[in-house]
Amino acid sequence: MLKRLITSREALLIGAIVLLLVLISTRFPGFVRPANLANVFNDTSPLILLAIGQMIVILTKCIDLSVAANLALTGMVVSMVNVAAPGLPMAVILAVAIGLGALLGMFNGILVWKLQIPPIVVTLGTMTIFRGTIFLLSDGKWVNSHEMSPAFKALPRTDFLSLPVLSWMAIIAVILFTIVMTRTTLGRAFYAAGGNPHAATYAGINVGKTQFWAFTISGALAGLTGYLWVSRFAVAYVDIAGGFELDVVAACVIGGVSIMGGIGTVAGALLGALFLGIIKNALPVVDISPFWQLAISGGAIIIAVALNAQANREKGRIILKRAEHAT
Amino acid sequence: MKRRNFTKLTAGLSLAASLFGTSAMAQDDMRIALVVKALGIGFFEAAAEGAKEAAEELGGVGIIYTGPTDTTAEGQIEVINSLIAQGVDAIAVSSNDTDALVPTLQKAMQRGITVISWDSGVAPEGRQVHLNPSSNPLIGNMIIKLAADHLPDGGDVAVLSATTTSTNQNIWIEEMTKVMGDYPGINVVATVYGDDLADKSYREATGLMQSYPDLDAIIAPTSVGIVAAAQAVADAGKIGEVNVTGLGLPSEMAGAIESGASKSFAIWNPIDLGYSATYIAHALASGAAAAEPGAEISIGRVGTITLDDTNSAAMADPFVYDASNIEQFKSIF
Repeated sequence: MLKRLITSREALLIGAIVLLLVLISTRFPGFVRPANLANVFNDTSPLILLAIGQMIVILTKCIDLSVAANLALTGMVVSMVNVAAPGLPMAVILAVAIGLGALLGMFNGILVWKLQIPPIVVTLGTMTIFRGTIFLLSDGKWVNSHEMSPAFKALPRTDFLSLPVLSWMAIIAVILFTIVMTRTTLGRAFYAAGGNPHAATYAGINVGKTQFWAFTISGALAGLTGYLWVSRFAVAYVDIAGGFELDVVAACVIGGVSIMGGIGTVAGALLGALFLGIIKNALPVVDISPFWQLAISGGAIIIAVALNAQANREKGRIILKRAEHAT
Repeated sequence: MKRRNFTKLTAGLSLAASLFGTSAMAQDDMRIALVVKALGIGFFEAAAEGAKEAAEELGGVGIIYTGPTDTTAEGQIEVINSLIAQGVDAIAVSSNDTDALVPTLQKAMQRGITVISWDSGVAPEGRQVHLNPSSNPLIGNMIIKLAADHLPDGGDVAVLSATTTSTNQNIWIEEMTKVMGDYPGINVVATVYGDDLADKSYREATGLMQSYPDLDAIIAPTSVGIVAAAQAVADAGKIGEVNVTGLGLPSEMAGAIESGASKSFAIWNPIDLGYSATYIAHALASGAAAAEPGAEISIGRVGTITLDDTNSAAMADPFVYDASNIEQFKSIF
């Protein structure tokens, strides 16, 4: 039991993160100050939120490449709403962000569920459609910080128990989705639908519908992150978070979420996102030539994925051997 | 016969108008295409405004404002190929790549299309004239001057650039380094790259403030970087300690000037740039001017440019924006 715990994916990742922090602190001791670590966590919060949604989608053997575009579209819409009606309470803005994000996710989900189009094709398409829609809505113009209301910009930065609200959103999402994934029928259905779709169907689970809900959750989280993003960086334009969907998928893969579906945990997605977030925040301060930074980021991802593939392969072999003996 | 031709022409034109979303008003209209790095960037939208203004002044000129949806050379090549097929009279391009566009633009010139580059240039063999918004030495000097003006006793400054391969930014930083001797006491402690992404630029700016606690100014010669750096400085509570300056758009920087994170910044007038590019394209396409070293071309209200040995010219000095004039300009571009 203890051995399983130590060799688990999560334990390995925690070890890797600690090692990473030690390495960074030898070059820049200030990085591991608690206040700075809190800043790093805060900076990584959008990635954590998106990685949780992406993990659920990947669990069901799908992939959502439209998350960053969804984020950008929702971010643009809420900032335009804010410009048009600066007095609107923040609760309404949050509801619009989550609601619109969920709707966009449902659009993906419907195409995958009812039209049975491969998810990678659907979300590649909607990714472009969403970005195009931002362009149409905004006419290509930026929404700038002086146009946003103070309350709109203040919410993610507001301190609550010495952590900003942005960080709390990520913490709440982690707790909420840990419960959903381990304690609810829907949560278990995500694992079943991806782990073995045929068995899931025989068990009475509608696989397509489960995938639909996965996309909806991913969309809702992307929508929420959309508001947090434009508010944090105090700017909204067509290209915000360009290419971020790849970071999100990378965070999931590093976190041990199997791209084949059925394997993955919220904790894994959280740790995968933190691992990437620490690298992203450390690279500017450890005085490494910017020409090397991209290569280092990429290298870390490949190492993590290689480890992942290794671990998953072992698991697969054992199951097959048992099946062989049984028959 | 005449009547039938006219009907045909109208039908053809309305088809063209519906296809390309531009209005060609008469057959003898000169059509000038303004090809930008990517659609949806405030700077280029403003340049298009200027181009339209010039078109109205010149008369009989139709502007086609176009570009790819992302900043790639491949996207621009597609756009230019379609413009060649449409048979426009002139192409004025702000390129995403110095060399990649050359073959396509040469093809355009072979078909008798006037080709000029503006803002971000292409290699001399791929265009007839290049219009620089300002001269690189002037910009390099301006960005360090902006920082130094607020540091009478000297201090540490850092540069937050776009990508490591951005031609513009690299040249400006190089020119800035050349004139550092004129600003004693000012040290450039680091150059970092935010890749023109808001989140990465923000992180790099935060990193700079951590690595150099005594930092006095961040110079960001890129519009995404300067906004992100100003936000990072505000969030770190270092307004007043770290001054963010560089090149940015007034509308995008108004918040930073208001909060005090940025005391001043500079940019040439993109409206004037699109305006001047249109004037040059018109002069060359109509035969009023020739593209040869030493030639003088009138650019309307902006003045006159003189082509140098590589057929390129500088429009004007960068213009400084601060609290005194930001209100006036933030609604323009």
